[in-house]
Amino acid sequence: MPIQILMPALSPTMTEGKLSKWLKQEGDAVKAGDVIAEIETDKATMEVEAVDEGTLAKILVPEGTENVAVNTPIASLTAEGEDASAAPAPEAKAPPAPAPEKSATPAPESKSPAVAPKAAIIEAEPEFKGKHVPTTVRDALRDAMAEEMRRDKDVFLLGEEVAEYQGAYKVSQGLLDEFGAQRVIDTPITEMGFAGLAVGAALTGLKPIVEFMTFNFAMQAIDQIINSAAKTLYMSGGQMGCPIVFRGPNGVASRVGAQHSQCYASWYAHCPGLKVVAPYFASDAKGLLKAAIRDPNPVIFLEHELVYGQTHDVPDDPDWIVPIGKARIVKPGKDVTIIAFSRMVQYAIEAAAKLADEGIDAEVIDLRTIRPLDIETIVNSIKKTNRVVSCEEGWHFAGIGAEIAAITMEQAFDYLDAPVKRVHGADVPLPYAANLEKLALPQVADIVSGAKEVCYR
Amino acid sequence: MALKRRTKPATGAAKTPSVEQLLKYYREMLQIRRFEEKAGQMYGMGLIGGFCHLYIGQEAVVVGMQNALSLGDSVITSYRDHGHMLACGMDPKGVMAELTGRSGGYSRGKGGSMHMFSKAEHFYGGHGIVGAQMPLGTGLAFANRYRGTDRVSVTYCGDGAINQGQVYESFNMAALWKLPVIYVIENNKYGMGTSVQRASASTDLFERGAAYGIPGSQIDGMDVLATHAAAEEAVAHARAGKGPVILEMMTYRYRGHSMSDPAKYRTKEEVAKMRTEHDPIDLVRKRLIDGGLANEDALKAIDKEVKDLVTAAAEFAQESPEPDPSEVWTDVLLEA
Repeated sequence: MPIQILMPALSPTMTEGKLSKWLKQEGDAVKAGDVIAEIETDKATMEVEAVDEGTLAKILVPEGTENVAVNTPIASLTAEGEDASAAPAPEAKAPPAPAPEKSATPAPESKSPAVAPKAAIIEAEPEFKGKHVPTTVRDALRDAMAEEMRRDKDVFLLGEEVAEYQGAYKVSQGLLDEFGAQRVIDTPITEMGFAGLAVGAALTGLKPIVEFMTFNFAMQAIDQIINSAAKTLYMSGGQMGCPIVFRGPNGVASRVGAQHSQCYASWYAHCPGLKVVAPYFASDAKGLLKAAIRDPNPVIFLEHELVYGQTHDVPDDPDWIVPIGKARIVKPGKDVTIIAFSRMVQYAIEAAAKLADEGIDAEVIDLRTIRPLDIETIVNSIKKTNRVVSCEEGWHFAGIGAEIAAITMEQAFDYLDAPVKRVHGADVPLPYAANLEKLALPQVADIVSGAKEVCYR
Repeated sequence: MALKRRTKPATGAAKTPSVEQLLKYYREMLQIRRFEEKAGQMYGMGLIGGFCHLYIGQEAVVVGMQNALSLGDSVITSYRDHGHMLACGMDPKGVMAELTGRSGGYSRGKGGSMHMFSKAEHFYGGHGIVGAQMPLGTGLAFANRYRGTDRVSVTYCGDGAINQGQVYESFNMAALWKLPVIYVIENNKYGMGTSVQRASASTDLFERGAAYGIPGSQIDGMDVLATHAAAEEAVAHARAGKGPVILEMMTYRYRGHSMSDPAKYRTKEEVAKMRTEHDPIDLVRKRLIDGGLANEDALKAIDKEVKDLVTAAAEFAQESPEPDPSEVWTDVLLEA
């Protein structure tokens, strides 16, 4: 049987083109890879190469023909020993280009509808009945890493100054002594490089903890975090997971200026394939970091420099874990829901105390995890209080508060007695001057006035 | 090892290849060639979408390299990756079905031409961001060292990627920690449409690791015996714990950067000269025939075998069903 040569599509959008020139004539021998014709598209002139070997038997579309539809037979080729006269006569009219793929194979009957699956129900951690030990957030994070490194030899820590310097913020104190330089690794100051290196190691099944001295510097590495860590599982059809934790201080510090003071919660929370955690309490810092290290997915673990030194009670048990994806009601209340994460939880608690003095009973939710967001806890609270204030250090545009407002509209609209109120950082790069910095950041008083506003008080 | 410009195999490693070896190179290079021609044809028929970067012309690089590796060595490359996957031993059916976006593809249709992986064959992609595979490949070497094995990582990039900053971050860490990684620069003379001369202040790319003390050499990437000899030497170096090596393979892609590139930035004569005088497959074929090591019939039998394999892959890639719609939502996260 002669082989038909079809008008090729030479770009993702091409549907027809001009057959400008034949470079082989009827009767010519053709080898695979030989250029046989030139085709003009709206963008360029392209060469058509033969894929099969044989003799060009018949030219079906003469050169100079315009608007030749993709997949029209343009010539026929006979294999060695075949009779050229067996080639079919040229077709009078070119068939329309078939819609690619769809025509080749019918779409399979769907076994399940193409709607987003419901989020898995995540159970909160059980109440810890054992002994609690007052611990700083800093030490809680260190303990979490040490416990997990004792438990699993595939876990290691790398980053700038994590080993000999004992951590720029002393979070990794003592780890080098216990685990050695093989597992606690000082890197050069090359965020993109060491983040990518760690992702590569994670693709083989190792479980790196990458410390960014602050998340501001992780912007240098964000391509590796999003394109390499977050997307590979999906792009590989589920073959290649990336069990990795990226951790470090996020948000504002104190008087360090615009480049060192930014909240990245909404940046990372935007991306499927990542989990994003931002605890406030030392107990959550420990329990969630352990969960993050054990998680088979990439986890962004946002800490806060101004909280490292705070001391809270932490369960005294290396097996105690806080599940990723579960918020916590820090203070129950009935009049207004205040939602916060990271350091803003502290402000929300202080605001709730002030509101109580004025007779407003606020419920404070510590999100703990940003992605997957615990929508159930948020919505249940709004159903009770009918009013909501969100708090974040970051900018409001496309921020976490914007997402909470959208979810409230979609899932609790009928329960609202007031519009959602967002408390957030000013829409400016953070200034250095003490008075300006304070003005640009959300304060306890802003949460108090926001809560009163939605309570119409 | 030291920096050297070299177009012939290193003397120590230049063993005369056996007939079986030559036939194996011939078969493997031809398989890539025919596979890519078929992919180009299927793209033309609208069966493959999006970007499709063909490897035609560069076959000797990957075939020479991969024949120097053994079980457990890992491989990573950029988006011009079909040849690497075939040379790693991945099934042409699964690769072609991924190109057509079908459920039988290596990524079940969710990755496409640029994003395929095989844990079984230690192939780590298939990466679409120019240069991003360099730290990743360095990490594969790090993992080998962390686990205490003597496995190596072969990390491929093009001449375009070599100017990315993260390449030097990788070189620095690899040299600092003596990681078992072989960086293979496939210099096909053009990063998309920009020639090396117009993109690189220094065009001897094998010297790019000099600041880190990384040995590098330049190799005729159109001669599979040269690429293989260089590969053996580099792999031995890395496996022995002596740190990274850079191999600059001087090669050429016959086709455009991607399917929609008419390649107006180079002359037809330049392409024709490479095809007729330096074709890697013709070179091996000539060695076999002129040396009286194989006759035309034997090579024709291989041609047919390869053609049948590629035809079967193309058929599978069209018959394999599209992924189930529910696949949109799977593989985003693993269950914790």
